[in-house]
Amino acid sequence: MSESDVTASQLGLCTCHGCGGLSELIPGVHEMRCRRCGAALHLRKPDSIARTWAFLIAAYILYVPANVLPMMRTGSLFGAQSDTIMSGVVYLWHSGSWHIALVVFIASIVVPLAKMFSLTYLLISVQLGWTTRSLERTKLYRILEFVGPWSMLDVFVVMILVALVQLKGLASIQPGLAVAAFGAVVVLTMFAAMAFDPRLLWEPKERQHV
Amino acid sequence: MYKDSPGSVLEDIPSAVAKTKRKSSPQLIWLIPIVAVLIGGWLAVKTILDKGPTITITFETAEGIEAGKTKVKYKDIDIGEVKSVEFAKDLEHVVLTAEMNKGVAPHLVEDVRFWIVKPRISGGQVSGIGTLFSGSYIEMDRGKSSTRREAFVGLEVEPVVTGDVPGRMFVLQGKDLGSHAVGTPVLFRRIKVGKVAVNELNQDGSGITLKIFVESPYDKFVNSNSRFWDVSGIDITADSSGVKINSEGLMAILLGGIAFEAPTGTRTLPEADPDTAFTLFPDRAAAMKQPDRETLAFTMYFKESLRGLTVGAPVELNGVGVGEVRNIMTDVDPKTNEFRFPVEVALFPGRLRAMSREGVADPTPAEQKARIDNYIESGLRAQLKTGSLLTGQMYIGIDLFPQATPAKIDWTKSPPVFPTQPGMMVELQATLMNISKKLEDMPIGQISADLRTALQSLNRTLVGAEQMVKRMDKEVAPAAKSALDDARRLLDTANQTLASDAPLQQDLRTSLRELSRAAESLRELTGLLERQPESLIRGKKETKR
Repeated sequence: MSESDVTASQLGLCTCHGCGGLSELIPGVHEMRCRRCGAALHLRKPDSIARTWAFLIAAYILYVPANVLPMMRTGSLFGAQSDTIMSGVVYLWHSGSWHIALVVFIASIVVPLAKMFSLTYLLISVQLGWTTRSLERTKLYRILEFVGPWSMLDVFVVMILVALVQLKGLASIQPGLAVAAFGAVVVLTMFAAMAFDPRLLWEPKERQHV
Repeated sequence: MYKDSPGSVLEDIPSAVAKTKRKSSPQLIWLIPIVAVLIGGWLAVKTILDKGPTITITFETAEGIEAGKTKVKYKDIDIGEVKSVEFAKDLEHVVLTAEMNKGVAPHLVEDVRFWIVKPRISGGQVSGIGTLFSGSYIEMDRGKSSTRREAFVGLEVEPVVTGDVPGRMFVLQGKDLGSHAVGTPVLFRRIKVGKVAVNELNQDGSGITLKIFVESPYDKFVNSNSRFWDVSGIDITADSSGVKINSEGLMAILLGGIAFEAPTGTRTLPEADPDTAFTLFPDRAAAMKQPDRETLAFTMYFKESLRGLTVGAPVELNGVGVGEVRNIMTDVDPKTNEFRFPVEVALFPGRLRAMSREGVADPTPAEQKARIDNYIESGLRAQLKTGSLLTGQMYIGIDLFPQATPAKIDWTKSPPVFPTQPGMMVELQATLMNISKKLEDMPIGQISADLRTALQSLNRTLVGAEQMVKRMDKEVAPAAKSALDDARRLLDTANQTLASDAPLQQDLRTSLRELSRAAESLRELTGLLERQPESLIRGKKETKR
């Protein structure tokens, strides 16, 4: 164990999440507060794994209606049509705009799925107490946090279209239920990522060396 | 290590405060996935509950149909959408799979009809213009059955009558289609009350069957005695009262039409049931004829030529039609080996009865036979007559001929033979024969001899006259000519004598001048004598003043 691997918990110290002040842990007591600002002190985010699982499972569940239900209904003089995310991608692909199809596909299908799968992978790795590749897994987590907000692309597009295309009779666009579900998926995955404590990735290693 | 070296800093770190209040249960976080499950479950249930039945509709072609876009409509409200368009297994049809709304599920019964709505211009009306912009759609017409179904066969042609229009269907049997296309109007007193819904050839090709739809409330005017006839075009009749042009209006001329009416004077009958079959007559006159339900068939043998007698020619009693010719045939009398031409006629005793007083009960067949036998005995015979000298049309007249040779009807034969009387033409022939015989009997030889002598004497007279004329020409004419010459000479002389430059004229003028001069000297003399009467004695005195 190199010097740089020393953690606060090994020294019996804890940082306050509220004011950043260090406090010395009282041995044997689990629930403590910062002496300075009174915020609750935790060595790890409390119930991190359970919360992450909860958010993640909710995201998985809502991902189904997000893809099955219609994203938007387009009504025009020449008939009405409702599209799901996938049918939109297929339509774009067939109509020749394959690059836009690719963007929509990546942003709306690949990224949320990748996010959820990655979080699942991280959670499982923590629960099973894997010691290898902790650094890579931490990098993966950072990418997840960074990508988070960008997954809302679809929702933005639909909302903008709904707001703009309201020409009574000639054409109108209405959001489908999938928009809400999709938005919920994105928010839930962001919560899940926030609830996850990357320090947990290093714990098994520490325990190994103690 | 850190603990030892910068010791003091670490020692200063304050100790945390023990927390007394327990935080809320971490299990609450699991409410989120539960809520998600509830939402997801609700969405799933809602989607499944909202999903209506999926049906298939078979069409000949899928012209204008697009999967995922084409709607199914009823009364212009979307009730479903075509999800896929595929070939049938036999590659002869297309099968559309449509997802219907939940609400229409109970109405998808056996006799529901589907058709593709396209722009259409026919029967004087335009429909489906909206589809020019929005593309075709599939229209549904509700059914009456209660058996549910999921596979339907679509109509290729838009039905003329949809289920939501109240009224009744009737069946018409006609000889030919005429101009009764689907959609042709049905008229009642020239008001459009319905239209032709279906026209088809009978299976055996013997005629056509039309199905017409008469809208409510006009359908109550159709009763079992209604007559239907074709009013297509213009009906021009020329008769003794002049030329009549009949038409049911411009629309009927252009599009054709079917009119119906109950004959006047018939009592009101109950309304006809739906799908009652009627006969379609070619014109109003035919339709309004009293229907002859009761017929008596007879065979008639005529000796004369049947040229001009056609099937359908009338059989008349004193000019009133009592029957018609049904058939004209040829056969050979097996006994005499001669050609015979049996004419089958149908007599309508009902017409005779219609003319008789009311209240008399219809006779039984036996009574009828006895009655006819009675008439035959008193000389009732059929006779071939010429209806029109111009066209040579013949008809059969039935009349009483008291002098006719006695005959009897053999009722055992089928059809019985009705005795006949040689017709007018035969009589005319006989008369002509008589005339020619009389002509033959005339002394034409003697007459011609007499005529010749007369002509000869006339010739002689004429020759004498001619000689006389010649004589006159020879003897009288020269004398007359010389006399005329003398006269002309005399006239010439007179003319010369009287001309202005003739000597006689000149002389006369000179002598007249002499005479006037003499008169002048005489006047002078008398003047002198007046003034100097002595001068007569003394002579003229010289005037000296």
